[in-house]
Amino acid sequence: MTDAPAPVGPAVRTSQTAMQARLKKRHRAEMWFKAQGLMAITIAMIFLVVLVGRIVGQGYTTFQTHTLSVPVYLNPERIDAADLEGVNYDFIVAEAMMKKLGVVDDEFGLTSGKVMDLTSRDLGFQLLNQLKADKSLIGKTVTVTGPFKADADLYYKGQIKRSTPQDDRKLDDQQLDWLDQLKKDGSVKSGFNFAFFTNSDSTEPEQAGVLGAVVGSAMMLLITALIAVPVGVMAAVYLEEFAPKNRWTDIIEVNINNLAAVPSIVYGLLGLALFINWLNVPRSSPLVGGLVLALMALPTVIIATRSALKAVPPSIREAALGVGASKTQTVFHHVLPLAMPGVMTGAILSLAHALGETAPLLMIGMVSFVPGVPEGLTGAATVLPVQVFIWENASERAFHERTAGAIIVLLVFMIIMNAAAVILRRRFERRW
Amino acid sequence: MLTWLSLLFLALFSSAAFMLGKRRAVARAGGGKRVLHSLPGYYGSYAALWAGVPAALLLLMAAMFGGQVEDAMLQAQRPAAVQALEIDRQDVFFSDARAIAQGAAPSEIAYEGELKAALDVKVAEARRISALIRYSVLGLAAVLALAGFLLAFPRLSTDFRARNKVEGWVGGLLMACSIAAVLTTLGIVLSLVWESWRFFQSVSPLSFLLGTEWSPQIAMRSDQVAAEGAFGAVPLFAGTFLIMLIAMAVAAPVGLYSAIYLSEYANRPVRATIKPLLEILAGVPTVVYGFFAALTVGPLFRAGFNSLGAQLVGGPLDGIGQYLMQVQNQMALVAGVVMGIMLIPFVSSLSDDIINAVPQSLRDGSYAMGATKSETVKKVVLPAALPGIMAAMLLAVSRAVGETMIVTMAAGLQAKLTANPLDTVTTVTVQIVTLLTGDQEFDSPKTLAAFGLGLTLFVVTLGLNIIALRIVQKYREQYD
Repeated sequence: MTDAPAPVGPAVRTSQTAMQARLKKRHRAEMWFKAQGLMAITIAMIFLVVLVGRIVGQGYTTFQTHTLSVPVYLNPERIDAADLEGVNYDFIVAEAMMKKLGVVDDEFGLTSGKVMDLTSRDLGFQLLNQLKADKSLIGKTVTVTGPFKADADLYYKGQIKRSTPQDDRKLDDQQLDWLDQLKKDGSVKSGFNFAFFTNSDSTEPEQAGVLGAVVGSAMMLLITALIAVPVGVMAAVYLEEFAPKNRWTDIIEVNINNLAAVPSIVYGLLGLALFINWLNVPRSSPLVGGLVLALMALPTVIIATRSALKAVPPSIREAALGVGASKTQTVFHHVLPLAMPGVMTGAILSLAHALGETAPLLMIGMVSFVPGVPEGLTGAATVLPVQVFIWENASERAFHERTAGAIIVLLVFMIIMNAAAVILRRRFERRW
Repeated sequence: MLTWLSLLFLALFSSAAFMLGKRRAVARAGGGKRVLHSLPGYYGSYAALWAGVPAALLLLMAAMFGGQVEDAMLQAQRPAAVQALEIDRQDVFFSDARAIAQGAAPSEIAYEGELKAALDVKVAEARRISALIRYSVLGLAAVLALAGFLLAFPRLSTDFRARNKVEGWVGGLLMACSIAAVLTTLGIVLSLVWESWRFFQSVSPLSFLLGTEWSPQIAMRSDQVAAEGAFGAVPLFAGTFLIMLIAMAVAAPVGLYSAIYLSEYANRPVRATIKPLLEILAGVPTVVYGFFAALTVGPLFRAGFNSLGAQLVGGPLDGIGQYLMQVQNQMALVAGVVMGIMLIPFVSSLSDDIINAVPQSLRDGSYAMGATKSETVKKVVLPAALPGIMAAMLLAVSRAVGETMIVTMAAGLQAKLTANPLDTVTTVTVQIVTLLTGDQEFDSPKTLAAFGLGLTLFVVTLGLNIIALRIVQKYREQYD
């Protein structure tokens, strides 16, 4: 054995430089690998930003609307007091508009037709309702305020541009001139679009709103919650606390795990065959939708509850049993209350998921046009995500804006539910 | 309405039974409650359960199946005039009879002569049957409630083990709830198999699974017998597979690399911000992704390919340029990419869990040998996590195969056998939606085909899930 250091020969030096080179290469590989990971995260985040940004960008204008105030002379020659329903109010409004704009109708009625394309039929309905209430208005001038047609509204919002060639847009140059003139007059007001929240679906984009869909979603979610949460919690309590460990409970467990991964559309097929064709539950009703979504949410509620129950330490159970509580009393007086925050968090999250589910509802006939708030649990209804689907299919451009608007409403509800779940978890969760 | 009212009465009766039972127990104990075997509330509950539950079950069963019993009884005898009608028309006749009897709106078919007479007879019969069922159910429910109470009440004595009995009921209820999950599976399997079996009576399973032509529109009406080959599902499987491949090509690398970065490289604050953001991406409803695909990604890709095509036209790649100029919004690529985006958080959170489950000692051992972080990840962590990651990918594949809204909104309807991602393809789920939305009669092969597709989808996704769960279970055992 020698204490002297070995002399550093040329061979070692080369191997050292080779090692240095290798090390450099390895560090480069390290950097590259890290950069790849960072790139993946960046890509995912870019997707998120683009997705949310596009939807908010397309949808935020839905919440703004423009209204027109126009004095209308209720010409007694045109209005038959005996037959108020039979009057063409749209034309009367158009006449008032033409007077305001200083144009005269030509013999073919082309001008009045073009003017009529600017304002919503809602103005005409308002005239009808005012006249029904007070027939003495005939011969007088009343001022009505109402929305524009969707295309005119889009022009004011800058989504239909003058720079587009005339043939490619719904409104021609003359109509745009009129709209500019009206704006200059000061008879156009912009404001928050309350109608979007107080109206239900309509064939006219400017009158279409989400109220019916929101009410439908609420009804359906109520049914889902009333079925899926109690049944799911009780099933989980049985499996976690009472069930003997044997082949049957194993089968049930595997079964539940697999059910959670069955495509949602299959639940729709089940709902169609079971609830609609066999049990004759009315099609497209919140009841059948709620039942289908309850079956879908059940496995997730069970899984969440089981993990919440598992998190309660055995000492709690032993203490309760030790002072003479029965098994049932232990579970219902001590274990379940302690697991409740976790249970509720899981339940809210799976309900939030059910709120956004669309595919199974298409199977049970929820794609029909429902102009109004659903009449009870067995009436025809539509729900928010399906409303999004229906509007997305509509050809009018204004519906695209509304689709994004409805998506924003849907996302707000989902964010509220998720936030509630997070708060529940933060405030009440106990770490043992 | 009557059901609700009777359930309300039953609830009142049941709570009365609770009070009586409790009072009787206390009275028996004679002031010293300790003589009782159980708390007084259990005696009350025992009486209330016997009084309420059997009758409530009967009322619920009647509400669910009463209509079908009514139908069966009404249709037991079919008048000659009705028997002369086609089967479909006979069903309409009976549903009209029931509608009139219930005061609802019947169909617009006008009945004349013998049929009208038969209808009047059947309407009267329907009213009679419905009243008979309603009152006999109500009467039976009342008898059950009373009998239950009378059976339970005299048994309440100081020695009676009321708590054990009530807990027996509770246990039964809990077990029934957990069986609901099994019944759901059974329901899915039975309904899919039953309806598919009816479908396979008109179309042979072989031509369904191996046929290459999908045009269900041919069999719009039931009397047009499905032409052989019109229900060949191979193009649908191919389309589903193509879109799934594209989606996985996006989701697998991005999701996996994100998971590696988050679990191995990122510090705590970065993880704390990125993870919730990924969860947002996971929580977005699929219909929103569909909207995004159809109105943002589709037009964007189309414009990109069209302008690329315009560049190439006239050059050496003229043919490709011409083709790219004609690309449409609804291409497989659009649906696949957006589905991939949807799957990123799914893949990344599953992989993250799996990578975190790899014991730290393995990493420490690798570092001790002088390996860099990336070498540790590539040569130690990933091989150890490989089975779990495979399982995660299989679950993602099963998700992609069953995903409906994105493809319904962004992929096409044309069933084409192609591997070109710029072409329009259709998928199994899209066809199920197309076949079942709209107003068709339910018995045509066209609508039943949807169940055949649904069964295939169910079997495939179930198979993928079972394999994935097996792998995960096996893998977990190694380190626990």
